[in-house]
Amino acid sequence: MTEPLLKVNNLKKYFPIRKGILGKEQGNVKAVDDVSFYVYEGETLGIVGESGCGKSTTGRMIMKLLDPTEGSIEFEGKDLTKLSNAEMRKARREIQMVFQDPFASLNPRHTIGKILEEPLIVHGLGNAKERKKKVLELLEIVGLSSYHANRYPHQFSGGQRQRIGIARALMTNPKLIIADEPVSALDVSIQAQVLNLMQDLQKDLKLTYIFIAHDLGVVRHISDRVGVMYLGKMVELAESEKLYANPLHPYAKGLLSAVPVPDPDFKREHVLLSGDIPSPSNPPKGCTFHTRCPFKMEQCTAVVPILIEVEEGHSVACHLYDEGYVNDK
Amino acid sequence: MERKELLQVKGLETTFFTEDGAIPAVDNIDFSLREGEILGIVGESGCGKSVTSLSIMGLVPSPPGKVTNGEILLEGTDLAKFSDKEMRKIRGKEVAMIFQEPMTSLNPLFTIGNQLTEAILIHNKKWSKKKAEERAIEMMKLVGLPRSEELLKEYPHQLSGGMRQRVMIAMALVCDPKILIADEPTTALDVTIQAQILQLMRDLNKRLNTAVMLITHDLGVVAETCERVVVMYSGQIVEEGPVDLIFKDPQHPYTKGLIQSVPDMRFKKDRLYSIRGNVPKPGSIKQGCRFAARCEWAHERCLQENPTLYQTGEHHKTRCFLVSGKEAHIDDRAIVESK
Repeated sequence: MTEPLLKVNNLKKYFPIRKGILGKEQGNVKAVDDVSFYVYEGETLGIVGESGCGKSTTGRMIMKLLDPTEGSIEFEGKDLTKLSNAEMRKARREIQMVFQDPFASLNPRHTIGKILEEPLIVHGLGNAKERKKKVLELLEIVGLSSYHANRYPHQFSGGQRQRIGIARALMTNPKLIIADEPVSALDVSIQAQVLNLMQDLQKDLKLTYIFIAHDLGVVRHISDRVGVMYLGKMVELAESEKLYANPLHPYAKGLLSAVPVPDPDFKREHVLLSGDIPSPSNPPKGCTFHTRCPFKMEQCTAVVPILIEVEEGHSVACHLYDEGYVNDK
Repeated sequence: MERKELLQVKGLETTFFTEDGAIPAVDNIDFSLREGEILGIVGESGCGKSVTSLSIMGLVPSPPGKVTNGEILLEGTDLAKFSDKEMRKIRGKEVAMIFQEPMTSLNPLFTIGNQLTEAILIHNKKWSKKKAEERAIEMMKLVGLPRSEELLKEYPHQLSGGMRQRVMIAMALVCDPKILIADEPTTALDVTIQAQILQLMRDLNKRLNTAVMLITHDLGVVAETCERVVVMYSGQIVEEGPVDLIFKDPQHPYTKGLIQSVPDMRFKKDRLYSIRGNVPKPGSIKQGCRFAARCEWAHERCLQENPTLYQTGEHHKTRCFLVSGKEAHIDDRAIVESK
């Protein structure tokens, strides 16, 4: 098997909570707590979870927009956490990001041409003529026209702005694109256009995606493998077919059965999860999910389960699948 | 079984008078809400679904907005003709509403108890504060809020998103309204919390027989919750019918496209169907069918005139020339009208 393009090992991000005039540290929010995964070249890894589960923080750390508290991020064999600023700038050419809100992520005072050209200037790529050519080329690739280069962001609809966001991410010919909720601000009919565009681009340009979203239908559609996060931890990671056909973690089961399906005849077993997501500043001891879990056992409140592979390409972090218990069944 | 029509909206037209001229956000729509049913209103941004609900509640921001035409009949009385003062007696008591973002609809400076009893006391002036509090606690238990006595003394920021939405539902239902209008009630919530709130709304609909008008952009939510659906596009109704008909045999190209473009969690499609073009701005299409520019089947006539809502089945209406032939067998009148 080939080496993965990206290896994330034991990644952690703790945000300090400061209180009082002196800003004394009063504990921390464990936004991402010991997360590891691989991404292979050309595949799409989906990361799903509800608000506060740490999926966006994970994406931002890979981009080095946030510094990890602990852990390593290996991209093509280099540990990004150990690179100097200058080396990181080079590496960023290869990793680009598409953001959720196409209204907030484009500078309203710049023309589209300028917005798209900027990454090239920052990275010192090409001369003025080449840059211009590249801008026009990418506008065509994402389904816009060359005359759009002279317009401003407010003259575009949400879907078109997201196309511009994607074009900007592609300007430096990256290998890895981190897309953080790229379609959740869009209308359904536009969402399908953008998803199709992303799939076409992946095929044509051999891109690798990390696709972060809360919509499980969208994630299944685009992902080869999917990781489910809950309160800063990866609780299940599997090939998407396996995860959706047979979710193992009780949280993944609840999450999947909670998604409304656009078919009135569809009857399913509802695993209605009770209660709310606990605060990440004070997560439950042991398995963080035990406060909502219908299968809670004694050791769940004490021992943190680790992510183990229970069948090929399907890992889960749950005591129900600890070896002893599998044998009991 | 035909149930009594509780609310009838006839020829409703709500216009926003802006610097760019008069924009009809809702353009001549007719529908009705029957006793005890859950009616879904779906559409994308700018289709007029929220303005429709605000028009019914008499809450269209004015200026610039105004209900310029039509009737809103609540058991025969026309709400569109009511003054602000008269509407105040209807709102909360007969028709209540919950909104998308529960945090912005609750006052952060007052306790939950304060806000719940206020709603009760406004419509029941003779009640004592104690009686109102008892009613508030009863309602909180009904919507599944735990430790209700303590919650009365807490402030909105101390509650989670799901709990806040439960408080909003409790508040909306304190006066036993006949109709509950829910405008994207679960859009701001996580899926597992959304499932809880939808379950609660279905439950309450059955137990209290409150008719619900559920406004949403999420077809999954509609399929799971509603009995009938109204599909809106650019200020008009394009299709209306029972939920299983709309999903299994959609007639309007827009409805068809919309259903096909949703990724399904149960199986993987190779490629999503996508409707070309963009969602039009309200009032931007002056001539012809509003969907024509994005429609695969558009022909000459679609660009010239706007089709009417044809009766395409006993309970099924569609605004499209393609189905006008099918309809002739059922009812010839509509065709004559369209000419």
